[in-house]
Amino acid sequence: MKMKIQMYARFERFWHWLQAFLIIVLLITGFEIHGVLKLLGFAKAHQVHIFCGWSLIILGVFAIFWHATTGEWKQYVPTLENLDKIARYYVCDIFKGEPHPHCKTREQKLNPLQRLAYLALKIFILPLQLLSGLWYYYYNQWPAMGLSGNLETAALVHTAAAFMVLAFLVIHTYLSTTGGTLFSYIKAMITGWEEVED
Amino acid sequence: MGLPSRKNCGACHFYGGGTDGVKHGDLDSSLFSPNKKLDVHMAVNGPNFSCTACHTNVNHHMAGRYSSDPAPVIHKLAMPKDYGNRISCESCHSSSPHKDSKLNDHTDKVACQTCHIPRYARGGVYTKMWWDWSTAGRFDENGKMIVKRAANGTIAYHTKKGDMRWAKDVKPDYAWYNGKMDYLSLADSFDDSKPVSLNRLEGSYDDPKARIFPFKIYLGKQVYDPARKTLVIPKLFGKKGSGAYWAEYDWNKAVAAGMREAGEPYSGKIGFVETKMFWPITHMVAPKEESLTCDECHSRNGRLAALAGFYLPGRDKSDWLDTLGWIMILLTLAGTIIHAAIRMASRNKQKKEQIK
Ligand code: HEC
Ligand code: HEC
Ligand code: HEC
Ligand code: HEC
Ligand code: HEC
Repeated sequence: MKMKIQMYARFERFWHWLQAFLIIVLLITGFEIHGVLKLLGFAKAHQVHIFCGWSLIILGVFAIFWHATTGEWKQYVPTLENLDKIARYYVCDIFKGEPHPHCKTREQKLNPLQRLAYLALKIFILPLQLLSGLWYYYYNQWPAMGLSGNLETAALVHTAAAFMVLAFLVIHTYLSTTGGTLFSYIKAMITGWEEVED
Repeated sequence: MGLPSRKNCGACHFYGGGTDGVKHGDLDSSLFSPNKKLDVHMAVNGPNFSCTACHTNVNHHMAGRYSSDPAPVIHKLAMPKDYGNRISCESCHSSSPHKDSKLNDHTDKVACQTCHIPRYARGGVYTKMWWDWSTAGRFDENGKMIVKRAANGTIAYHTKKGDMRWAKDVKPDYAWYNGKMDYLSLADSFDDSKPVSLNRLEGSYDDPKARIFPFKIYLGKQVYDPARKTLVIPKLFGKKGSGAYWAEYDWNKAVAAGMREAGEPYSGKIGFVETKMFWPITHMVAPKEESLTCDECHSRNGRLAALAGFYLPGRDKSDWLDTLGWIMILLTLAGTIIHAAIRMASRNKQKKEQIK
């Protein structure tokens, strides 16, 4: 039996899509500042990048608050249980048309692999991006803050983190097409409603 | 007509080197009565500053000489009189005059002049960029002096002076500079296998007093002593028989006479060496709309492309990091494409089997 349940809360969807938008704009303007693209010009790219950066920080504060108060943070508690089955599914069973081994519910939205991947994004990649970004941004205040180091290090750490975010984005976008139909996961993230096994 | 002071000072300073605008690229007769586009400070339709508005002087120990005692730089709203006889842009504007804080962040490394004087010799007067003394002294078949003009009307060759090139509306060159400059003296020997710098700028990225500063680089060829590898002074003016170059057109005699008069030693040999000289650009501040845009510096081949030794966003990157990064992105893309292809192929196969 299949039934439809509300998988994602209104705030969660808003957060997801705004975050996606900001991260994509940050990647584009960031790579322009890095000299890879020529779209807006350095001045505009820099301005938009700083604006989106601060916006993402504010959004992040709200998201942390939401996760903390709703207890949704528990979704990311890592587990190794069944990890092998999930891995086998993606490299093998998915081609045979077999069902996903993880039984997605409101309480268990993320499969063990997703838990690990999203946790890595949230506690390693994005913080690295954020901290190196702030470090870079406040470069001129370093001496006053008693910090030292050089601009190149800040810039390179920030760039390295950006490559990781881009790689995450590629894989994440691709895996969003592996639901029941190509767009069923994306639809769920838009409407909030998802069809699951009873 | 401009202020009397600009006329007085300009009478000497606009004609340094003999003719209008020869030496400085930023001080020429167009500054007698400039408009705002040429110089926002001296503009007759603007503040109409005299030279002495900025150069508060004490017996012609003028404020504003690039020397061993550079002007103070870090301070808020002050007037030149507060700094004895040294002035700088910051004396009036402070070092954070912009609403955009990122621009103010630059003033510790980039001189105001760098962003605010995008080009020099903008007033229509040509400034001399190249002067090759080694070709001087040629006469035509009638024994007359030769004067050739370039297509733009400037003198390209003159028997008395040799070959020269002039330019106007020129993009400056840039160098780290802390306000101190050393001049090559007759006693200093140099490496003559490459162009000799007649003056040396002090400063580097690590010097907190140094800024990226705009310069006119004046190139040329002049007579020197190839044995001692030093500069020499030729005698230019004088009667026939005195050895003066402009009387006899013989460099050997001119240098012998010049060095004898100066009482300086020389080997008796002469040659020609390429020279270069840095002339700071500090006048002809353009309207704010014409300040350098970010891309002029923050791009792979921007104005600062040749200035090494520090990280400049948009210009610099780490080749290995970028290579690794893009390889990782290509691998993830390839991985997803292959995965998707297998998914599609196996789905088609399953469909066919179902139909059977
Ligand atoms: C009679 C010619 C003459 C006049 C008029 C003149 N100067 Fe000078 N000025 C010189 C000479 C010569 C130097 C030394 C140049 C050098 O060392 O390269 C000099 C040097 C300077 C310097 C560099 C400072 C220094 O101590 O070496 C400044 C600035 C200056 N003059 C400004 C002015 C101003 C402003 C006026 C008008 C009030 C003016 N000058 C009038 C000939 C003149
Ligand atoms: C808006 C202010 C301002 C005005 C007006 C101004 N100057 Fe200057 N000038 C400067 C500054 C700033 C410097 C560089 C000072 C330093 O860094 O020590 C300078 C340097 C100089 C120098 C020596 C540097 C060199 O290029 O070798 C001369 C000569 C000079 N000015 C002449 C003049 C003359 C002549 C006038 C008038 C036609 C004039 N200045 C008007 C600000 C001004
Ligand atoms: C990195 C380039 C850069 C540097 C360095 C820089 N400026 Fe500017 N400046 C600009 C640009 C671009 C503008 C026009 C945009 C604006 O008004 O903010 C400007 C505007 C100005 C204005 C007009 C401000 C207004 O609001 O009307 C003044 C005055 C000024 N600069 C003075 C200075 C002085 C003095 C320094 C050195 C302490 C300096 N600038 C250094 C780029 C620069
Ligand atoms: C003696 C004081 C003084 C000094 C020194 C001085 N300025 Fe100014 N500057 C002014 C004043 C006054 C104005 C206002 C002009 C106006 O409103 O038209 C001005 C205006 C400007 C502007 C704005 C022009 C615009 O388009 O509105 C720029 C840019 C600027 N100065 C740059 C510089 C730079 C660069 C230097 C050093 C080479 C410098 N100033 C030195 C007094 C000074
Ligand atoms: C005259 C050349 C020049 C121009 C024009 C210029 N910059 Fe810079 N910029 C530099 C240099 C040089 C550095 C390196 C400074 C350092 O290492 O301290 C730098 C550093 C930076 C940095 C990194 C360090 C920091 O302070 O955060 C940013 C961001 C930046 N510039 C943004 C801009 C923007 C935005 C503009 C246009 C509004 C601009 N720059 C215009 C020369 C320039």
